[in-house]
Amino acid sequence: MTVLRERAIVSLRSAPSLPRHVRIQYDPVRLAFAVLLPEKVFWPNDISLDILRRCDGQSTVERIIADLAADYDADPQDVADDVIAFLQEWSDKLLVKL
Amino acid sequence: MSAPLLPPIGVLAELTHRCQLQCPYCSNPLELLKANRELDTRTWLDLFSQAADLGVLQVHLSGGEPTLRRDLEQLIAGCSARGVYTNLITAGVGIAEGRIEAFAEAGLDHLQLSFQGARPVTTDRIGNHRGSHEKKLETAHRARAAGLPLTINAPVHRHNIEEVPEFIDLALTLGAERLEIANVQYAGWALANRSLLMPDRAAVDRQADIVAAAQEQLVGIMTIDFVTPDYFAIYPKPCMGGWARDAFMVAPDGTVLPCHAAQTIPSLRFERFGERSLAEIWTDSPAFNAFRGTDWMLEPCQSCERREVDWGGCRCQALAIVGDAAATDPACIKSTVHARMAALVDETRPSNTAAYDAFMYRRIGS
Repeated sequence: MTVLRERAIVSLRSAPSLPRHVRIQYDPVRLAFAVLLPEKVFWPNDISLDILRRCDGQSTVERIIADLAADYDADPQDVADDVIAFLQEWSDKLLVKL
Repeated sequence: MSAPLLPPIGVLAELTHRCQLQCPYCSNPLELLKANRELDTRTWLDLFSQAADLGVLQVHLSGGEPTLRRDLEQLIAGCSARGVYTNLITAGVGIAEGRIEAFAEAGLDHLQLSFQGARPVTTDRIGNHRGSHEKKLETAHRARAAGLPLTINAPVHRHNIEEVPEFIDLALTLGAERLEIANVQYAGWALANRSLLMPDRAAVDRQADIVAAAQEQLVGIMTIDFVTPDYFAIYPKPCMGGWARDAFMVAPDGTVLPCHAAQTIPSLRFERFGERSLAEIWTDSPAFNAFRGTDWMLEPCQSCERREVDWGGCRCQALAIVGDAAATDPACIKSTVHARMAALVDETRPSNTAAYDAFMYRRIGS
C-alpha cells in the first residue's frame, strides 16, 4: 500500500485547525450549531463546539486546555484528557488538522 | 404519521441526465431526460434558496454529469451565498480548463470523483469511454491543486471487485482525504444489468476483509467509507436515512423525489418544483407521506426493535423483489422472501469475458 502521509498524534504544542471540508455554522432553522462534513452533519454538544471553535490554527492544545479549564472552572488535567482524546479522534477521521 | 415532521438536511440535485459515460449500473432511471427537459438556472437557484429556507444544510450536485451544466459555477455560488455546503459528484471527464478553479472560487466545499476501475482498462470499459481514466487522474490533480478536498468514489461489482486494493492505493496516491467503496445498489440501470454485475460471495467476503484491514491501517491517513452489498446482508440499509425523513432528491426536470428509484413505484405520483413550493411538497406530498415515519409499516417491521434504525430499508427494493413497496426490504433476514436475495446471487452469469458485450449500457433513448 502506498502511504505518503502519516497519522498525526496530538501534542500540547499542536495548533489544530479545521480543514477546508469541515465547517461550523449556526443553523437559524434548528437554532443550533451544525458541523458540516462531506455527506454528514454533526450536531456538537457545548463542549465539542467549544473545542472546535478554538481550532483556529493559532491556539495550541495547551492553550485550548487552559482556556476551557478556566471557562468551565474545571480541573485542567480532566479537561486535558477530554480535549486530547477528542482532537485525536477528529484528527483520525481527518476532520481536524494538527 | 406519529413522529413530528423534521426539516430536511440534504438535497441530492440531479442537475442533468446527460453524461459522457455509460456505466451499466447508473442510478438514474432507465428513461433518461434529455437536455430540453432540464430546469433553467433561475429555477435551480430558486429551488436551492427555498431549500435553504426549509433547513437544508447540504446540497449534493450530481447527475448524470453535473459539469455538463454550463451554469454550474452559478449554482455553486448561489448555494454558497446561502451558507449551504456544496458537494460536487462528478465523473471528471472533459471538464474544461479553468472550471475546477472556478468551482473552488464559487465556494465549492468538496469534490467527489468516481473511478469505474482502479486500472485504466477497467475504467474505460465500464464507462464505455476510451481515455476516461487518464482524464479522471487529471481532474483529481487539478482539484487538489485548487485546494479542494477530495473523495474518490469506487462503485464496486463483479468486474472490479478484485481491484479494491488498487482502489485504496489509487486514492492514497491521489491524496484523497476519503475513499468511498460502494457496492452497487441494484436499482435503475444496475437492476437491468444485475445478473452481469452481481459479485460472487467469496469475492464479497474477501473485499470486506481487505477494507476492514485498510480502515485500521489508515486511521488518521485516509477515511474509507464502505457501503456493503444488500444481497449479502442480514439487515437492510436505512435507505436515504428513512423515506422523506431528512433528505430528498430532485430530478433534472424538477420532480421532487424521496429517493433515486422512487418513480418505479407505480402507485405514487410525484410533484414538480414550480407547480408547488418545496415546503408544500416536503410537508404535504402524498408520495412523501406514503412511507414516512413508521405508521405505514407492516409486520415484521411494525413491531421490530430496529424500525427506527433502518426505517424498513428500501421501498424500491421491496417492490422490485417482493412486488409490494410496503413490504419489508428483502435484504432483512426477517423478510419472508430473504432467501430470494441469495437465490438471485446464484443466478449470476458466470462468464466475465462476455459481460462487456452483454451489458445494457446507459444511454439516453430516442
